[in-house]
Amino acid sequence: MTDTRYLAPQTLDEAVSAFAAAQGAARILAGGTDLLVQMRAGVATPGLIVDIKKIGEMNRITENADGSFTVGAAVSAVSLADHPRFGTVWPGVLEAVNLIGSKQVQGRASPGGNLCNGSPAGDSVPAMIAAGAVVTIQGPNGRRQMPVEAFPAGPGKTNLAPGEILVSFTLPARPAGSGDAYLRMIPRTEMDIAVVGCGVSLTMKDGVCIAARVGLGAVAPTVMLVEDAAKALIGTRLEPAALAAAAAACSAACRPINDKRGTIAYRTKVAGVLLKRAVAIAAERASRS
Amino acid sequence: MNDMSNKWIGKSTIRPDGAEKVTGRAAYAADTSMPGMIWGKVLRSPHPHARIISINTAKAEAHPGVKAVVTHKDVVDFPLDKSVMLGIQDMRWMCRNIMAREKALFHGHPIAAIAAISEKVAAEALQLIDVEYEVLPWVIDAEDAIKPDAPILHDFIKFDGKPSNIAGKLEHKLGDVDKGFAEAEVVVERSFRTAPVHQGYIETHACLVSVADGKATVWSSSQGQFMVRAMCSYLTGLPQSDIRAIPAEIGGGFGGKTIVYLEPVALLLAKKSGRPVKMVMTREEVMRATGPTSGSFSTVKIGAKKDGTIVAAQGTFYLQAGALPGSPIRGAAGCAFAPYNIANVHSLGFDVVSNRSKVAAYRAPGAPIGAYGVECVLDEVAEKLGMDPLALRLKNAAKEGTKAAHGPVFPRIGFQETIEAAMAHPHYSAPLGPNQGRGVASGFWFNAGGESSAQVNITEDGNVVVTTGHPDIGGSRASIANITAELLGIDYKRVSVLIGDTATIGYSNLTGGSRVLFASAMVVTQSSEKVITQLKERAAKIWKIDPEAVIWDNGEARPAGANAGQFPPLSLKDIAAKASETGGPIGAGVQLNTTGAEGGFATHICDVEVDPELGTVKVLRYTSFQDVGRAVHPAYVEGQMQGGAAQGIGWALNEEYIYNAKGQVDNPAFLDYRMPVCSDLPMLDAVMLEIPNPKHPQGVRGVGEVPLVPPLAAISNAMYRATHKRFYALPMSPPRVLEKLEQAAE
Amino acid sequence: MSKMHVSTTINGEPMEFLCEAHDSMLDALRGPLGLTGAKEGCGTGDCGACSITVDGRLICACLMLAVESEGKSLGTIEGMSQGGDLHPLQRKFLEMAALQCGICTPGVLIAAKALLEHNPNPTETEVRFGLAGNLCRCTGYDKIVRAVMETAAEMRGAA
Repeated sequence: MTDTRYLAPQTLDEAVSAFAAAQGAARILAGGTDLLVQMRAGVATPGLIVDIKKIGEMNRITENADGSFTVGAAVSAVSLADHPRFGTVWPGVLEAVNLIGSKQVQGRASPGGNLCNGSPAGDSVPAMIAAGAVVTIQGPNGRRQMPVEAFPAGPGKTNLAPGEILVSFTLPARPAGSGDAYLRMIPRTEMDIAVVGCGVSLTMKDGVCIAARVGLGAVAPTVMLVEDAAKALIGTRLEPAALAAAAAACSAACRPINDKRGTIAYRTKVAGVLLKRAVAIAAERASRS
Repeated sequence: MNDMSNKWIGKSTIRPDGAEKVTGRAAYAADTSMPGMIWGKVLRSPHPHARIISINTAKAEAHPGVKAVVTHKDVVDFPLDKSVMLGIQDMRWMCRNIMAREKALFHGHPIAAIAAISEKVAAEALQLIDVEYEVLPWVIDAEDAIKPDAPILHDFIKFDGKPSNIAGKLEHKLGDVDKGFAEAEVVVERSFRTAPVHQGYIETHACLVSVADGKATVWSSSQGQFMVRAMCSYLTGLPQSDIRAIPAEIGGGFGGKTIVYLEPVALLLAKKSGRPVKMVMTREEVMRATGPTSGSFSTVKIGAKKDGTIVAAQGTFYLQAGALPGSPIRGAAGCAFAPYNIANVHSLGFDVVSNRSKVAAYRAPGAPIGAYGVECVLDEVAEKLGMDPLALRLKNAAKEGTKAAHGPVFPRIGFQETIEAAMAHPHYSAPLGPNQGRGVASGFWFNAGGESSAQVNITEDGNVVVTTGHPDIGGSRASIANITAELLGIDYKRVSVLIGDTATIGYSNLTGGSRVLFASAMVVTQSSEKVITQLKERAAKIWKIDPEAVIWDNGEARPAGANAGQFPPLSLKDIAAKASETGGPIGAGVQLNTTGAEGGFATHICDVEVDPELGTVKVLRYTSFQDVGRAVHPAYVEGQMQGGAAQGIGWALNEEYIYNAKGQVDNPAFLDYRMPVCSDLPMLDAVMLEIPNPKHPQGVRGVGEVPLVPPLAAISNAMYRATHKRFYALPMSPPRVLEKLEQAAE
Repeated sequence: MSKMHVSTTINGEPMEFLCEAHDSMLDALRGPLGLTGAKEGCGTGDCGACSITVDGRLICACLMLAVESEGKSLGTIEGMSQGGDLHPLQRKFLEMAALQCGICTPGVLIAAKALLEHNPNPTETEVRFGLAGNLCRCTGYDKIVRAVMETAAEMRGAA
């Protein structure tokens, strides 16, 4: 490994400058639960590691006046779980983030890092997509926003431009009657990468679904927003026929591979099963909100 | 002594090595350091099968941080035409396993090794070694390896007169199976497949070797320091007396550390460089290049009469050896039918080589594979007969006097008792819900005796130090302390038990085969009895009476009767204080090749719940029943039963080696080599049945290995009852379960 | 190429060491710091044998850069007992035979301690999921879970 340098800037501008100046030879360090593994495997050999954990905005969880939440990119899973309100408003996003690895991994891993790692199986991403999260990015050309579903570009790839760093997620204000849920299929009960991950967010009014978003992970080169599944739910009372149609839409959206974690046939079937179960949980939560 | 009113035997005392382990002070091999120490790293084959044309190490040797480079040229050659055995290992294969010679035989096969001033420099310098390969076609599955067009690994291996990947065959016969099947009223024949699985020890292989003036000291994570010494001697040419092998505290072995990988290489590097050399495997190296157990495919056929008498049994077991011969067909073919009294048996095992790492022992090697097919077929036979599966086993259970297909006639054994205990246990009749099922299975393991040495010495202040010769992987130090305290009649806390190295204790065979407590307890017992004789002699001297008139009771010497004299008792402390003036140090050692170990038997009950939409399986409840002879330390006997059950659950449900299209292990990390985690398992209940082994002073039977023999079938049979589908391949991972559930009903 | 100098606090004591930027905290603990209680079972955060706490938070030392420990307060197995007294968890593990080979034990103890500090009254399921990041191959976890639950009860009783 070439000699690596380490930098822990105090401001975002410093971080962006250093990161951009390194011209692709730098990696961002938040929790390090992906980066250190990749470095050890020789897959990542950064000349510069930019540790963003000293930057205030990266670590903050803010409940804004309009009811939206802004979560810094370096916030750890455990910090998100410790927040007094976040899990009440977004239980699905929280449970997704809390499924990333063990308690030890939770102490370090961040949803920001999970998204930037670009794995099609990242647990936090389907729930973020279902939530309608918008990400804030800062780069040499300034700050911009992007809907989270536009962020992943392929396995291990994102749509960040050179020199850009993910700063935070903003989750929209939650109308009354809303609930979200995330489910994943793994062979054991813990410690596995998702074979399929499904995030669902619903808003119900008088028993009718008036809004829905579905995110599906580990069944395509990127985590996906499945609009057809949402369309099959909106305007219905979530009857079996609606659920079946939404499940079928999820299965139809799958473009998975056969790999050491699952087969094409298996993933395609399970996508539909998880959709139905996640909808049930989200709807139950919506009825209580 | 099979007296059940013991004070220490049968107590779950605190293990002597415990305080160091819970405070992080216990010294495992990777924790040790020496002044001037340098680091060794191994260059591994990038090809699953290739002829090695040349190895050029000149550039590496010229690197300023590199202190030594070794290749097969430095390792003693064992020519292919002459078998040289060391225990059960053929040195022709061992020398090629630790360092490739003519060919690279699997992806990850060691090609060369470097010792350098840091791990980083060593790893970088490996890139400077130029190896020219002639890449050859490869084969991995045993079934593929025996096909007529399969690439042949070794030209010198012939079967039926032709070059073959079948390297060996083992056969057991009893009676006439054809006649038996002709008389059977119910016959079931099935074929089974298992994938290779790793022992999964959390501590990777590690060693530190120092060579000074031609004499080597080897600290290593190993199940046998005498094996390490011998292997290093054979492979490097150093005489055994010039090698001191010290067993570090071991972080799990389960059989996988009964051979060496790093020690001889580190020794050669230490000799060449003149510096102590430390080598530690990464988890990836463990998964690519150390022996897991065999993958297998087998066929089992069992015939029975309507009344449940098994009249014929046949099994053919093909086990994957890996790159060099030596799969555990002995365990598969020998143990498969052993729990049963069957007049006509034909059990056949084939050893098949293929381009993957050479297998190593894994807890009852081969026996889980044999039992898997047999115990699943028995379940189908019971169902066809309308008989309870445990009742079928009970009807045919081997007992004292039964002749086993692998040769011996059983003495007093406790197999029947395990079945009866299972049938009577509340688990067997507990209600089950939807998608839940209960399965049972039994199993057998040979166990072993073998060589053991011990030394029992009395300290000047009247306590006891026991030195034994076997690394402790199951709690044997605590058990030995229990026995010694019991024999001498003193408090357990006054006994220290240590494991000697090759220089400080006599020859002792490996820790494996479920033999450590059996064998070491025998020699410790005899040593303690000699010490008691000495103590009585010393008391007699002090009292000036005949030694015959002295008894040793409850930690003291006493006159045998009123006629012997009115002397107050002398404690161990009292006598020890006068040791010098009564004859000198008090202590004794015994070395034996112990015999009398008899097989272990177990019966397991398992409940599972299946999610029919996802194919995921939850183990709800698990109870093991085992004849343990005498539970000298009950908690550690339970520990063996629970550990084996957990490994069996992993093997049955989620563990397997996955290969990619290039013949490389695709899951060489714990992320995708899926061993059970804490949340995957329920409490594992262990019922210990004590039918003492009449050939052992404390009635001990080996307990460590048989726990892994029944689980594969117990879980498969439970899956059948939960899903109404029979599974014939492992692991029963969710995609395979779901696929099976979607097949048309059988 | 010169090394980085790090000042940190480990088990309440100030410590300093030199390391490379890419070294993990586990490398630093087992190397220059000589604290070999944390073990490397996998190096990829999958086994928990290197579990430590950083500012009270449970992590895998192999997933943290050594330089990140600057200014932080670390807890390792070497600091779990106080003076000569074993922590109740350590004592219970010995009494209940919750260890065999012991290689996973330092990591399990650190994780169990962190679990009980956050949740003094865990259910069996909570204990099992709380320790899911710690692989044990010897015990099947049964006695480990029992020991943690008994310790929790004992610590609640004493509180």
